[in-house]
Amino acid sequence: MTGLKFLMILFAGIAATIDSMPAQVPVHVAPVHLHGPRPLEQQSQAAVIRDYIHAWQSFHIALEQNRPELLNADFVGTAKDRLAGTIQQQDKLGIRTQYQDLSHDLQILFYSPDGLSIELADNVEYDVQLIDHEKLLTKQRERVRYFVVLTPAEVRWKVRVFQSVPE
Amino acid sequence: MKPRLPFLLTGLAVASINLAFAQAEHFRLPKVIEAGAGFSIQSNGNGKAKLYLIGPGQVLMRDVQLGEATSLAPGSLCYAGRYLAVLAAESFTETHSFDVVPASAPANLSFIAKPSRLPVGLHDGITGAVYVFDGYHNLIVTPKSVSFVLSTPGGTMQKRTAVTNDGAAWTSMDSTAQQGIDNFVVRLGELSSTRIVAQVPGDPCGLTMSARQMGQRVQLITDPVRDCNGNAVPDGTIVTFTARQGGTQSTIDEPLKHGIAEVTTQVHPGTTLSVASGVVMGNQIGWDK
Repeated sequence: MTGLKFLMILFAGIAATIDSMPAQVPVHVAPVHLHGPRPLEQQSQAAVIRDYIHAWQSFHIALEQNRPELLNADFVGTAKDRLAGTIQQQDKLGIRTQYQDLSHDLQILFYSPDGLSIELADNVEYDVQLIDHEKLLTKQRERVRYFVVLTPAEVRWKVRVFQSVPE
Repeated sequence: MKPRLPFLLTGLAVASINLAFAQAEHFRLPKVIEAGAGFSIQSNGNGKAKLYLIGPGQVLMRDVQLGEATSLAPGSLCYAGRYLAVLAAESFTETHSFDVVPASAPANLSFIAKPSRLPVGLHDGITGAVYVFDGYHNLIVTPKSVSFVLSTPGGTMQKRTAVTNDGAAWTSMDSTAQQGIDNFVVRLGELSSTRIVAQVPGDPCGLTMSARQMGQRVQLITDPVRDCNGNAVPDGTIVTFTARQGGTQSTIDEPLKHGIAEVTTQVHPGTTLSVASGVVMGNQIGWDK
């Protein structure tokens, strides 16, 4: 009985860990062909991509739960203002949206000479759900090309421009 | 009759596909809308429904009468991105996606120039990067031609042109030979953005001192201290006088005042006197008096 109880606690622990871990979304990164003069170190590239993918998680949860404060860690400036505005509108209308990214195909485009901004393109596939007063109205799969500008903050890169264009 | 049967079946299949398409299409809207432009959505049928326009940058909801056009005034959707239009009635919910694209006319330039202060005469010492936005602060990713101009108070100019790539362009400029406050301007059509770049004198160049007896002591005095382009090195810059005799050495640090540094000290015969400022060495004098 003690053994069974131990196993149940163990499996419950594993399940909780998996639940709290971010889903592993496939991320493909194209070779870097920058149109700026500043070389991008491997470490900086890894940090930018890590922070950008993390920003998608914040974006997903913030719009799903209508909690603008969840954007603070990953977004800044225009991008943050727009997403926060969307959350405010959603909250007012009693709706929620869920943007679940399914895959990212990234390419770093520009590293400014002063090192204060990085631009990347992301061919991203995601599912969007619209929920009105807890009723799922629609679910649609989209594939778009995002242009993203990130700027360095205290300990991470934050998304400043977050905008898609037709592919 | 027999040959007609496949033809008839094909015709029926096409008709049923058309019917299905017509049934699925309860509303139509443009696939691409320019940011801030007005547009309308035409719906079919009867009754009431709710129209949702949802995107990461904006969310709108309208109550609509099916069968009528719903107009969205200019300025309703301003932020570029992929949107979903969802028409939800009692008997159906239909979804279409569409894109809001940046307005074609640039309206804002986000310009960063670095550094804001640097020594004169540095090759590619100043860099500028610009992002081009429309009036709603959407990044315009279609190529735009921009010009960068760095001008000194004396009228000297450096000019570069560049075409934006995915919304961004950059340049580098040399700092000029003359100290002063320069304007670094980026232009796109009628738009411009200016940053101030202060060019300060470089390291001293040709640092020279002289020595003369003043009673029991010796006065050490530099010539006016200038950089290699003839700009006066700012007052307060430290000049170090050093005296070496045998195995002993003494130093005196003195800030520039009115462009020169001077000290009066005791110097014994056989002393070697030298002057420096930072890593720049000046001349040496052997004192035998």
